[in-house]
Amino acid sequence: MSTVVTGVGVAAPNGLGRDAFWAATVAGVGGIGRISRFDPSGYPAQLAGEVPGYEAAEHIPSRLMAQTDHMTRLALTAAQWALADASVDPAALPEFGMGVVTASASGGFEFGHRELEKLWSKGSEHVSAYQSFAWFYAVNTGQLSIRHGMRGPTGVLVTEQAGGLDAVAQARRQVRKGVQLVMTGGVDASLCPWGWTAQLANGLLSTGRDPTTAFLPFDANASGYVPGEGGAILVLEDEQAAARRGAAVYGVIAGYGATFDPRPGSGRPPGLRRAAEMAISDAGLTPADIDVVFADGAGVAQLDRDEAEAITAVFGPRGVPVTAPKTMTGRLYSGGAALDLVSALLSIRHGVIPPTTNIRRPAEGLHLDLVRDVARETPVRAALVLARGYGGFNAAMVVTDERNGR
Amino acid sequence: MTSTSDRRVVITGIGVIAPGGLGTKAFWELLTAGRTATRTLSFFDATPFRSRVAAEADFDPAAEGLSPQEVRRMDRAAQMAVVCTREALADSGFEVADPTRVGVSVGTAVGATMSLEEEYVVVSDGGRKWLTDHRYATPHLYDYLVPSSFAREVAWSVGAEGPATVVSTGCTSGLDSVGHARELIREGSADVMIAGATDAPISPITVACFDAIKATTARNDDPWHASRPFDNSRDGFVLGEGSAMFVLEELEHARRRGAQIYAELVGFASRSNAFHMTGLRPDGREMAEAIRVALADARLPGEAVDYINAHGSGTKQNDRHETAAFKRSLGDHAYRTPVSSIKSMIGHSLGAIGSIEIAASALAIKHGVVPPTANLHERDPECDLDYVPLTAREQQTDVVLSVGSGFGGFQSAMLLARVA
Repeated sequence: MSTVVTGVGVAAPNGLGRDAFWAATVAGVGGIGRISRFDPSGYPAQLAGEVPGYEAAEHIPSRLMAQTDHMTRLALTAAQWALADASVDPAALPEFGMGVVTASASGGFEFGHRELEKLWSKGSEHVSAYQSFAWFYAVNTGQLSIRHGMRGPTGVLVTEQAGGLDAVAQARRQVRKGVQLVMTGGVDASLCPWGWTAQLANGLLSTGRDPTTAFLPFDANASGYVPGEGGAILVLEDEQAAARRGAAVYGVIAGYGATFDPRPGSGRPPGLRRAAEMAISDAGLTPADIDVVFADGAGVAQLDRDEAEAITAVFGPRGVPVTAPKTMTGRLYSGGAALDLVSALLSIRHGVIPPTTNIRRPAEGLHLDLVRDVARETPVRAALVLARGYGGFNAAMVVTDERNGR
Repeated sequence: MTSTSDRRVVITGIGVIAPGGLGTKAFWELLTAGRTATRTLSFFDATPFRSRVAAEADFDPAAEGLSPQEVRRMDRAAQMAVVCTREALADSGFEVADPTRVGVSVGTAVGATMSLEEEYVVVSDGGRKWLTDHRYATPHLYDYLVPSSFAREVAWSVGAEGPATVVSTGCTSGLDSVGHARELIREGSADVMIAGATDAPISPITVACFDAIKATTARNDDPWHASRPFDNSRDGFVLGEGSAMFVLEELEHARRRGAQIYAELVGFASRSNAFHMTGLRPDGREMAEAIRVALADARLPGEAVDYINAHGSGTKQNDRHETAAFKRSLGDHAYRTPVSSIKSMIGHSLGAIGSIEIAASALAIKHGVVPPTANLHERDPECDLDYVPLTAREQQTDVVLSVGSGFGGFQSAMLLARVA
């Protein structure tokens, strides 16, 4: 019994909507720029991937505007597109037949920032009645379920940048248990001064000023990452149910593995390789079956090296094409791996691997076949997506075309 | 990763920090004595707030053995989870042999809210600066931004290298995190899960946001009796804090090492009301569905339930909602089943409370005692079940249903059963 993806919705820094995103991604067009949502001049890092051209009022009913953070609006928009893409009518499904599982990294932080400011500058009576839920980690799952009448199993997983895959894996569990349809993925944004201040504290943000050189995973000049906002929402269904209603299928969620890194100083190896091997094995495949790896792409020298070692340990030196199109979007927290999953599915559909842009001087000794600068046209039947969450979370997922992964 | 549903999941270790008592023993003594641990909020000057009652834990991380750097690095909620994890490990006698087979699942509704607000006040200079000043921030601020750091702390404290996650579904987090852990053991992704939940939300922004929707009690002149689930005079919940962590094991794994077994997690389900972020449908339809599915998961009839550990938050809406849900799912058996809310004694610690209530449910099975609902003197006429008022009840208890309900519309049900 396979779990298939029948719809996707995208809100990414290099494209609002699936088609705009994919056109830009294949063409190597990036969406990183100087932060416009607040004045970043006082901060050491000033670049981010902001979703372009998003007018919330065009997408969100006015009654929801007052009670939603920017990231929830993006999630509601992507979810609506994903359902439309799947050509599914929620009203036609059984009462408890649809579920929602999303990932979150930091909740609706900008909303929280405004309410904290009201509390501390004006007084508690000025705090919004919506603060009790608009900022918390469960808000997107709650709002999506309400918007679309989805009353089945729900879930929210928080594993920083690994969350996008963990949520989809949890959604697959629900489909396997008989839920007809589960909406899943991750959309995040915390591009407000308070969110920026908190992100700066991890010491991993790039202080580069040039969008084409600030975020360089696997490059000798890797100097940190550029954060972004957005992500993707996917519609998952049981393969046979999807076939019965004649749904177009992007691909199969064929395999998954998750591990946690050993505590520092233990001398034990990091867990990414194990997660990747588990995902490939879970898919019933061998490394030779994998046509492309979508890398986590930390943009931090040691983390890049760790990832490259995990990839070469599984596939051999230069054993598989590797790409990190997040050079065009920045790292999107819980949205990042969900968006990579969509890219992997679109790679399968279109037979093209999107490029890792801006890499001029690959770091020495990594032994990766990095797809650089221009997209590579090649049949893709199975893709491995890797994701790591700050602190030691590893997740890996294999997606295949319909003929694989049974 | 096919579902191997013949794998059974049991609780072999419990750690609890709750208002009124640190450690599982003190917690259980408080509950069975029917004592309340709610009091006037003392963590900050609450004078400007509508609700000034809280259920605070007398938790001192240094006294509980955390090092100065651990104390600095972790938010209070993470500190409590780590201390509870240590108690649960010691209680179970489990020692990690293969780290890759041990996972972590930590529930939290609001993460590092206390530390975040403290940091916000500094970097914004008391709310004066919209452009917050990063130079005044602690280097641990990122750990507070992403509550996944809680799972990391627990994993580090145990040495776990299996699947690790934070589950954050608002006030059902503590049921859902344990439900998630159970699923991972059943499907074979882990043999042991360190699972539970933690929250330390007693901070001005939390109090203010519940003030704004009048969800919390205003019984400020009588804080000890302010949490009044199912009572006709109830006027909202009492904000609390705490944590409970468990060692969950696959049954044969536990038996091979001769571990004590509190109870088996026999059934779990969650559903969503898709209705309102904070409101509940009066008919309890979705919670009833969650209970029905959890019973089917457990292959048990509703008549098997000996005790219901209720959500019982003490809001007008909730207590009627779940009373309706129990009747809808269990029929006449609902009238024959004792139902109680330990929130009457230890308040509502948001995401943590679901796990604390699982702890109470497991202890009810172990000791054959049903904890009472304190402060219940005059039942709401619409709440017409047996809520075990004031006094604990000795009763052979083999199957317990524990339910939760949360913002976002989430409804969860967990079934625990004695292992013969």
